[in-house]
Amino acid sequence: MIRTLLAATALCCTMPALAKTIAVEAGADAQERLQEALILAEPGDVVELGAGRFELTDGLSLDVDNVVVRGAGMDKSILSFAGQLGAGEGLLVTSDDVVLRDFAVEDSKGDGIKSKGADRIVYHAIRVEWTGGPKASNGAYGIYPVEASDVLVQDSVVRGASDAGIYVGQSKNIIVRRNTAIENVAGIEIENSFDAEVTENLVTGNTGGILVFDLPNLPQMGGHNVLVARNAIIDNNTDNFAPEGNIVASVPAGTGVMVMANRNVQVVENAMINNGTTNVMVVAYTQSFDDANYDPTPREVYIAGNVYGRAGFAPDFEGGKQLAAAFGGALPGIVYDGLGRDLIVNDAVPVLSLGLTKVGQSPTEAQPSLYKQDGAGETVALSPIVLPASMEAALK
Amino acid sequence: MRTFFAAIALCLIGFAVSAAPSRPVADAVIISAGMPKKLSDFGFFKDAAGWQPNAGVELYQLNSALFTDYAEKYRYIYVPAGQQAVAENANGLLKFPVGSAIIKSFGYQIDGKDRLLETRVLLHRADGWLALPYVWNADQTEATLKVAGTRIPVRFTDPSGMVRDISYAVPNKNQCKECHSRDGAVVPIGPKVRNLSHDSLDMLLSNNMLQSLSGDHPPIPDYADAAMPLQSRARAYLDINCAHCHNRQGSASNSGLFLTYEEESPVHIGVGKRPVAAGRGSGGFAFAIAPGAPDQSILMHRLKSLEPGVAMPEVGRSLVHKEGAELLSQWIAEMGKD
Repeated sequence: MIRTLLAATALCCTMPALAKTIAVEAGADAQERLQEALILAEPGDVVELGAGRFELTDGLSLDVDNVVVRGAGMDKSILSFAGQLGAGEGLLVTSDDVVLRDFAVEDSKGDGIKSKGADRIVYHAIRVEWTGGPKASNGAYGIYPVEASDVLVQDSVVRGASDAGIYVGQSKNIIVRRNTAIENVAGIEIENSFDAEVTENLVTGNTGGILVFDLPNLPQMGGHNVLVARNAIIDNNTDNFAPEGNIVASVPAGTGVMVMANRNVQVVENAMINNGTTNVMVVAYTQSFDDANYDPTPREVYIAGNVYGRAGFAPDFEGGKQLAAAFGGALPGIVYDGLGRDLIVNDAVPVLSLGLTKVGQSPTEAQPSLYKQDGAGETVALSPIVLPASMEAALK
Repeated sequence: MRTFFAAIALCLIGFAVSAAPSRPVADAVIISAGMPKKLSDFGFFKDAAGWQPNAGVELYQLNSALFTDYAEKYRYIYVPAGQQAVAENANGLLKFPVGSAIIKSFGYQIDGKDRLLETRVLLHRADGWLALPYVWNADQTEATLKVAGTRIPVRFTDPSGMVRDISYAVPNKNQCKECHSRDGAVVPIGPKVRNLSHDSLDMLLSNNMLQSLSGDHPPIPDYADAAMPLQSRARAYLDINCAHCHNRQGSASNSGLFLTYEEESPVHIGVGKRPVAAGRGSGGFAFAIAPGAPDQSILMHRLKSLEPGVAMPEVGRSLVHKEGAELLSQWIAEMGKD
């Protein structure tokens, strides 16, 4: 009786526990064991994934603050969703101060890892991959933080996403650095977000390398203050394999960096090589919309200090070939639709302006010419993004 | 230290109560910390099979109900003795006192017998609502906590007479929250004044479980009631099946697609709205709703798909709800005709 009483007492009365490590190994019932660990974890705990392949049948989710999910390495601890029967993503995180590191998510049916409203999230040395290569039937986003403050994605690898490999949406204060994005429709996409740095990434074999977009009819609009710096953006010529209807389905294959409907975007010190449509494209959102609060044009875009390799040899948009012919066989390394205001280019490359005069006009109505900017070619550097110390400390 | 003893005392009360036969609802178990392993620990039911609600646990019904793979659902409300729920406004949810519970059992008629698969409980504790899933054993004598959810193979006959084999998904604790979430906090979603059946409202009022209502409370129609206008049936269907996530504070807030009954902006309901993060869920279509063209509307594509990553809702559906899909299809088709 005493023993029963004590057991009951222990069950009922949860005393504050010390942070602990919950080890989960691959093998039978991985779905239930891992999901249970993610649910029963308490703030401060580490859920440690063993080496091996976790064969999962449903999406996983984490909703406990301040938990680390750590594997034995992005090629060692593999969460495979090839047999997934339900859920819209492989792993969903909805709590704050979470660190995800050193594991892989493969072949999820929807998105790879989504974190929604999860502030101060760290993705470190994560691999999200659709192992069959680029296919329209692959999930949309690889690493997908949305509606968050303070996001860090670093040293990760994403491959095969039918929308964006790394997609940060409707967030604030963001660093995406030292990642590899390969064979996605969009390598890295910053959408409807404020204050972001995309630096030192290798972005290759995608349809479009790095996209900075703003779209209408969303809770957070008015994307601004985005630095795209010191990235290698090479050979992004994969045919667009996004399902129709998605906004990225309209991105021309061979786009290095695309800035659309954003304000104060700086594209500096990147190496942009062998992108068949152009290395940098600065344009307005062209589709019809009904949203009085949305500005579809690009504004205050600053381009400087970049290294330009070959580009524009296979422009993938209507009238592109004729335009290229008029420019001696290839489009220049920078293409601008002519809309918005304050495009500043301090690189010694020609800039093609399509000379469009209104938003939504077809490129076939272009009045192409070389772009000549008004006024001074200087701009104010963006303030560096500072993340809470807890996030950087998590990587130690 | 006093708190610690008080907590032990509370636990002991719970323990003593659960050991006694034919006991009342275990209030202490509802409000104490922790996750009881067995459904019977709560004392919501008199019988081991979970069919006879205990005193204070009342069966209620909704005007329009969520589709969950044609499962039969049995819904109960428990409010602690001497306390009352309050209706905040006509559209809003009921505000329940701490110690309340919402209980929902899911089952099918299998081989001519009613069988329960799972019972989900929502417990209102001092620190908020907690959602827990309990799975019934084969003997139908106990349901056990399964925080990680599970899948159960089920064969049943649907309302049209068709035999169905499905992998029924019991949601995990976090998946409960995906739908039951407002601004990150868990809340009940079904029992709104406007969605409680007339009889259920009367029952709650006459049992003093609900404080008397003031003002008008126009009900949401039953979407299956063909006598009601098509527009309001369709909107009722979207409200109860989709709007738990698709609202400005819900887990699909980032989509910009808001399907609550009161949403007035056509583009946020989906008319002419382009997808944002739909991925292959777009099905190659440009708009969530293309007026007059249900077969080119993303909303219909996702409603009719069974593929994870495409199918909506993301949880609780492994079958197409034929009747619901027909209703929405008709609604979208009619849109083009004005």
